[in-house]
Amino acid sequence: MSLPHDLDLARPGGTRTVRRAAALCALLLIALLVNASRVQIVESSRYEDNPANRRPMIARYGQPRGDIVVDGRAVTGSRDTGRMFRYERTYTDGPLYAPVTGFASQVYGTTLLEDAQDGVLAGTARLLAPLPAWNDVVRGRSPGGDVVTTLNGAAQRAAYQGLAGRPGAVAAIEPSTGRILALVSAPSYDPGELSGSRASVPRAWTRLNGDAARPMLNRAVRETYPPGSTFKVVTAAAALDTGVVTDPDDWTASPDPYRLPGTTTLLTNEATGCADASLRYAFTWSCNTVFARLGVEVGLRDMTVAATAFGFNDPKLRVPFAVAPSTFARKLDASQLALSSIGQFDTRATPLQMAMIAAAVAGEGSVMAPYLVERTTTGTGDTVSVAGPRTLHRAMSPATAALLREMMRNVVEEGTGRNAAIRGATVGGKTGTAQHGVGNSGKPYAWFISWAQADDAPQPAVAVAVVVEDAAGERGEISGGGNAAPIAKAVMEAVLNSAPHQLNSPPHPRSCRGSACWGGAIAR
Amino acid sequence: MIQPGTPGASTVADTPAPALRLPRRRGIEFSLIVLAVLISVYGYCAVGLAKNGTLPPGAAHYGAGLGGLALLAHCAVRLRAPYADPLLLPIAVLLNGVGLVLIYRLDLETPGHRAAPTQLYWSTAGVALFVAVVVLLRTHRLLQRYTYVCGVAALLLLVLPIFFPPLNGARLWLRIAGFSIQPGEFAKVLLAVFYAGYLAANRHALAFSGRRIGPLQLPTGRVLGPVVAIWLLSVGVLALERDLGTSLLFFGLFVVLLYIATGRTGWVAVGLLLAFLGALAVARLEPHVHGRVHEWLHPFASIDAGQGAGQIAQSLFAFAAGGALGTGLGLGHSILIGFAAKSDFILATAGEELGLAGLSALFLIYGLLVARGYRAGLALRDPFGRLLALGLASIVALQVFVIAGGVTGLIPLTGLAMPFLAQGGSSLVTNWIIVALLIRISDSAHGPYEGTAPP
Repeated sequence: MSLPHDLDLARPGGTRTVRRAAALCALLLIALLVNASRVQIVESSRYEDNPANRRPMIARYGQPRGDIVVDGRAVTGSRDTGRMFRYERTYTDGPLYAPVTGFASQVYGTTLLEDAQDGVLAGTARLLAPLPAWNDVVRGRSPGGDVVTTLNGAAQRAAYQGLAGRPGAVAAIEPSTGRILALVSAPSYDPGELSGSRASVPRAWTRLNGDAARPMLNRAVRETYPPGSTFKVVTAAAALDTGVVTDPDDWTASPDPYRLPGTTTLLTNEATGCADASLRYAFTWSCNTVFARLGVEVGLRDMTVAATAFGFNDPKLRVPFAVAPSTFARKLDASQLALSSIGQFDTRATPLQMAMIAAAVAGEGSVMAPYLVERTTTGTGDTVSVAGPRTLHRAMSPATAALLREMMRNVVEEGTGRNAAIRGATVGGKTGTAQHGVGNSGKPYAWFISWAQADDAPQPAVAVAVVVEDAAGERGEISGGGNAAPIAKAVMEAVLNSAPHQLNSPPHPRSCRGSACWGGAIAR
Repeated sequence: MIQPGTPGASTVADTPAPALRLPRRRGIEFSLIVLAVLISVYGYCAVGLAKNGTLPPGAAHYGAGLGGLALLAHCAVRLRAPYADPLLLPIAVLLNGVGLVLIYRLDLETPGHRAAPTQLYWSTAGVALFVAVVVLLRTHRLLQRYTYVCGVAALLLLVLPIFFPPLNGARLWLRIAGFSIQPGEFAKVLLAVFYAGYLAANRHALAFSGRRIGPLQLPTGRVLGPVVAIWLLSVGVLALERDLGTSLLFFGLFVVLLYIATGRTGWVAVGLLLAFLGALAVARLEPHVHGRVHEWLHPFASIDAGQGAGQIAQSLFAFAAGGALGTGLGLGHSILIGFAAKSDFILATAGEELGLAGLSALFLIYGLLVARGYRAGLALRDPFGRLLALGLASIVALQVFVIAGGVTGLIPLTGLAMPFLAQGGSSLVTNWIIVALLIRISDSAHGPYEGTAPP
């Protein structure tokens, strides 16, 4: 018996079985290649997006983060830890700038500017790369770019020191452009405590979140307060623009006390002489009765239109991080409208919103979109993008704005806001004391909003809003003029004393890449 | 009967043998070795440049060491196996060199545990054994005399680790004088010799005697007994030692060689069925194995359970991060795999840093090694040599598939070393021996030693 040919192992050339074994090996090779293509190409993004995959984090922290710049000086830095997530964020004045920078944590992510400008700071923004497509091929990552803010360091410090740790917030804006000059929230925290992956980071996180004083709450843009009497600026503007009041010095038919329509509740004043007072007198001495009645007379529709024109009820405002919407309720009965018109009931506003109101008065009636980022640059200083002023709304006619400027000046010169007067400058302001809590039991919020124009300047350089929660002093004696106005004054003085180029002329960009130069502000 | 078109037979018959000048191709081999060494040194420099921005301090030493070893092996081949396939040695040098680069690269992430120097020592030992085999083994046919000795020796090597303490859940290692030796690695060469010798001697009986049951023709127990006994023993021992990779490899080798020798498809079917049942039983009974299967089916289960990524998940992340072109040597993060990153999972580093392009190149180089092994076997006329060459080449093919398939999620992961690449001395030395035997066989196949031993 002999073997058939194809099984004869001594035969040169192939045999059937060897060929099949070889085919099996080829099959195994093909299976490996196909599977490798599946893992590395087809499904690679699914694996890369898996939250347990630490590579994106490693790449993200593998290079120094770009800096956030105030007054030409970086207020942030990066520390090389030599760990897996290599570079940690540092802050030169952590608590001072925390409401602007936010934090950049290996564990808890990013917030505020660190979050909104993360692409630039982390070097992932395509505009940073000279040749983005080439970066994609070689997997290069541009060095982190810098974010130059609109902040005025002196104003920021003045606001922070003015609050001195008392719960409250300050927002300051350049009226002609919308550039945010100061954004302070107190009490604050050091965002540097949340950088890195040390064991102290979760402890700090737990401590800060559990703190009853809520230091991580950004009161300037993320908290809304009843604006109290400062809202009377809006009511006055609505009354003037709708023609309800034509002459601010004419008497108004206003009883004192004022019975809220449809109720038996009587509204009173802290000031005297409010019965039938003129708009100017009522504004200067903050008569509740006059403005409550004016609001009802203007009507719900026009009051809502006016509030919206000043920036209320806008959930989309970004500076570039999101700002909590200030609210003026759209459904109110007459008594609620009366209270809402003096900044009580459901009317709530962020300090930034109140600064925008002061800025609108100072700036001929236009509400400029507030913005924090002047420009962004590459790590070597080449400009990537530039922001510019953009009008958000027209809140009132220029004539009304001029009248309101006059009335606000009266407040500072002879009324409730005398603490804000500055030698060598024209200052306009409005005080506010807002009730809150169940049955108005909480300590009132002290408000002050104002603007200032140097005597030799063509236009106001700064508008500011200050709120102090639970201000020191006995209940009833708390007034915006006593607690908040001195802080506003310090901030305005800081801005007026700054170098002129800080005020009205944004620096010229050295170069702009392609269509990178923005036409408008970064808002939206 | 010889078919008219069959090459070889008629040519040899018509041409007087002495007039035929057989090609030696040692120059090609030398050039390819130089290329392999240069590629490895380039990789070594690329790692240093990527990690520290400077050439690594030991680049010259590394290049000289690898080059010296390669040159030594080349000289041995030139002197004692001048007709050998010129691709085999360069492939071994390239894979060994790339393996050293990858291990050196991972050493940079684990400053306390440096494995590259040890791997270089083992490479030296491997090349020494390679030279020894090429120089001392005059012809592969000598091995046929020791068929049964090899079988017994393979079994002994497999049994030995049972008497030593287990390491990482498997009893695979002997610890002698600070060195860990994995006897199962050496056993696979011995088993290949045994299978080849036994099947070559008994292939007629295996194919044609015995009873027929349905489509299956069973050989007599007398013929099949020793093979099955050896195989069962080896598989049993491996099951006890919990080394599934090697078990799978031995089983695959057995099935492939049995099929090549007998051409009985039925045997393959029965073998696969047995393997499937065995694997099922082991997977049920052995938690170690059950876990592996579970991790293969659900690589992200541990992530969903909040325990972070397991090894397979980390390995898949590494491959995915590589994409088409890779991150570049030294720029990946495959060290996240943690345990066994330099051994079982070394391929993940290649996949991440060299990309699909580099990984495919590696697979194709392995494929080339296997193909040249098959080619050497096919060119040979004696059944033992042919089965041995095919067996050795199949070992490489199966081993690459089992471990590469495991780390890329194609099949459940079973611990096996990636030939030449992975950290591990026993495996490296064994692979050098395999290449030495293939060179010896290819020299016999392509040389002028018609029917007789070379001088």
